[in-house]
Amino acid sequence: MHIPDGYLGPQTYIPIFAVTAAFWTAAMRKLKKTLSVKEIPYLAMASVFSFLLMMFNIPIPGGTTGHAVGAAFVALLLGPWTAVIAISVVLIVQALVFGDGGVTAIGANCFNMAIVMPFVSYLVFKLIVGHSQKVSRLSAAAFISGYTGLLASALATALELGIQPIIAAAPDGTPLYCPYPLSITVPAMAVEHLFLLSIVEGMVTMLLLRYFHKHDPKLIYAIKEA
Amino acid sequence: MDVFQKRLLIGLAVMALLVPLGIILPEKLGAGGAWGEWSAEALQSMLGYLPEGLSRYTGMWNATVSDYEFSTGSKPLSYILSGLIGAALVGLAVYLISRVAVKRGK
Repeated sequence: MHIPDGYLGPQTYIPIFAVTAAFWTAAMRKLKKTLSVKEIPYLAMASVFSFLLMMFNIPIPGGTTGHAVGAAFVALLLGPWTAVIAISVVLIVQALVFGDGGVTAIGANCFNMAIVMPFVSYLVFKLIVGHSQKVSRLSAAAFISGYTGLLASALATALELGIQPIIAAAPDGTPLYCPYPLSITVPAMAVEHLFLLSIVEGMVTMLLLRYFHKHDPKLIYAIKEA
Repeated sequence: MDVFQKRLLIGLAVMALLVPLGIILPEKLGAGGAWGEWSAEALQSMLGYLPEGLSRYTGMWNATVSDYEFSTGSKPLSYILSGLIGAALVGLAVYLISRVAVKRGK
């Protein structure tokens, strides 16, 4: 899901970068207001967790690979705004140091995985949980939160890639950037996430939420806020 | 750091040691790279041409440790080392950001 350099034209990566930068500014402002010293170890570990989790490439036998992101659980644990910072740091290190995701695509990749994903995951969780504190309800909500969060992120990526042939083609009609239209990018990204990767993200989100909940429910932002 | 946080740290350390699974399993099951992340060479052979704009951007950035792989040493070891370096950098960056964000005495 890490878009490399050259797949998005400037008509796409520049506006998305601006949107992402606006979220970064707002997230830093929130962090300044709310972050306490006690939370710093959790924030650091959350980022490291996401970085390591993305190294576990999950094979689709005979096909491609993908991975979970961890942004859903981070959003539930620390809140979606803190997750924006935690996951963006990971994606920037991946792009700059490891060439995973393009440098021009940092704005887009952060938008997909560090903004769309944590906010969708968080909203879905809150919608399902309501005011319930039952572990079964929390578990189901956490699974669906991870599942839909990663799926939304994958679809955002597919949209950005798939509009390239429409908005940027040479005079003779050959695409300048990502050559595949929406009719290819959306099904390709949707299928692998619907049937495998989002399930993994959902499981990871649920298991970690249960583990933290058992230890101390007050640690979990999405629960204590209610 | 309390007992719970220590347990989480141990969990992360175990993850860091297991990362080679993320390259060994795909190889065993014949799975290629991620969809939509093909290199310029791979794309060229898939399409028969390289989109003009794409060719201008591709390779513009020389990542220090491209694809989590060092030029020497075994692949799994290289992957573990990349994981440790990445984890350290990510941890350090988050720590520095937190220092800016948290005012003293809060």
